[in-house]
Amino acid sequence: MLENKYNVFSILKTWFHRWGSPPWFYQMSGKLLPWLSVLTAILIVTGTVWGLAFAPEDARQGNSFRIIYLHVPVSFLALAGYYLMALAGCIGLIWRMKLAFWTLRAAAPIGAALTFLALVTGSIWGKPTWGTWWEWDARITSMLILFFLYLGVMALANAYQNSDSGNRAASVLAIVGMVNIPIIYKSVDWWNTLHQGASLKLTSAPTIHGTMLYPLLIMIAGFYLLYAVLLLLNLRCDILANERNSRWLQDLLREKR
Amino acid sequence: MSILLATLQREWQLAWRNLADAINPVAFFLMVIALVPLGIGTDKTQLAAIAPGMLWVAALLASLLSVDMLFRRDYDDSTLEQYLLLPNELYGIVWIKVLVHWLFAGLPLVLISPLLGMMLSLPSLAIPVLMLSLALGTVSLSLIGAIGASLTVSLRRGGLLIAVIVLPLYIPVLIFGASATVQAAAGIFPAGQLAMLGAFALLALGLSPLVVMAGLRIAVES
Repeated sequence: MLENKYNVFSILKTWFHRWGSPPWFYQMSGKLLPWLSVLTAILIVTGTVWGLAFAPEDARQGNSFRIIYLHVPVSFLALAGYYLMALAGCIGLIWRMKLAFWTLRAAAPIGAALTFLALVTGSIWGKPTWGTWWEWDARITSMLILFFLYLGVMALANAYQNSDSGNRAASVLAIVGMVNIPIIYKSVDWWNTLHQGASLKLTSAPTIHGTMLYPLLIMIAGFYLLYAVLLLLNLRCDILANERNSRWLQDLLREKR
Repeated sequence: MSILLATLQREWQLAWRNLADAINPVAFFLMVIALVPLGIGTDKTQLAAIAPGMLWVAALLASLLSVDMLFRRDYDDSTLEQYLLLPNELYGIVWIKVLVHWLFAGLPLVLISPLLGMMLSLPSLAIPVLMLSLALGTVSLSLIGAIGASLTVSLRRGGLLIAVIVLPLYIPVLIFGASATVQAAAGIFPAGQLAMLGAFALLALGLSPLVVMAGLRIAVES
């Protein structure tokens, strides 16, 4: 066997393990956060101003369509956040990595909040467009179910006295949810075509013009970064809470003082 | 193999000796359905229109209520720890436990459903499909519920938590089960929906014990 220190796998492995260590992660994320926050602010401010003030009015929906610049990024991340959470659960269960479990715990409330925001913005958008606050549309219903899935993971993670068991149980549930999401989405989609009233036909979104699209893309990128910032902030709090008695953290805090 | 047979025999005996556990879901199912006309009135066309959905939702809740007890007794007297010492047989043991549970908690719901269907004036030609869809669907419900039961068995206050965990996962089964019954009431044989329910049941039969095993390990180690 060739024992090579610079073998790609070993490099990847050390890199991976390093990110799994709370002290390293805490310090690196601390250095990364200011940059990420500034970039997030630039993107979101640019996207918002461009989208709300400079993008042209929609031919049919007028100005009310502009909520798309909040609704679409939030909905994207609500779903992507669940996959990230379940993936963190997988990593935690396989490699028994504390940091992955903490990521799961940190991601759950953010994801639930984003899902809630997606529902609220969708409802606000629905009022002028469809004339009702709530419509049993396939996408709205799926979002509602996603919200329930998040609530389940959060409830289970917090129900255990022993936090390690809570972490592992929540991870298992998150993975079950991840397997079920496509099934649920397809079922709800099929259910919706069955019950769809004739008056409210929601066809796929008409092609969107570039001048409207660019701010949307900027907002989506901005919200992905915002998600990263929120996740890091939440995760750092978890690290502080869980490692409060460990040596490295006390040393670090003493250095700062 | 002998361990699996012994488990089967044990579960079977336990189920017979605790028949009250099997009566409760049926009683719940019956009572919820009796509440419906009290709530919305006795107009037959109205009742018939909501009957498939109401029957399915009530059966789903009855199945949910019964599943909480699935592993609790074994957890309390530490039988579960003995099971976990048999990693090769665990899959089969979980399977047998859930299926015996289904025989005593799911199948009675199927058997009483024609009566409840008539009480809600469901067209009689829909009743065979109602039974078939419930038979296929409750298998999935029991298996999915077992996941929730395994994850909450070590918690004292598992009851409401299990509902929060499991209900979103029940949704596809509800959609296809209720839709099959609706279509049958309209006089069309819902081959597609029943096929989907069968597919869900097979998927759950294959995968759910794996998750339950993971859940039970967490419960015992906590």
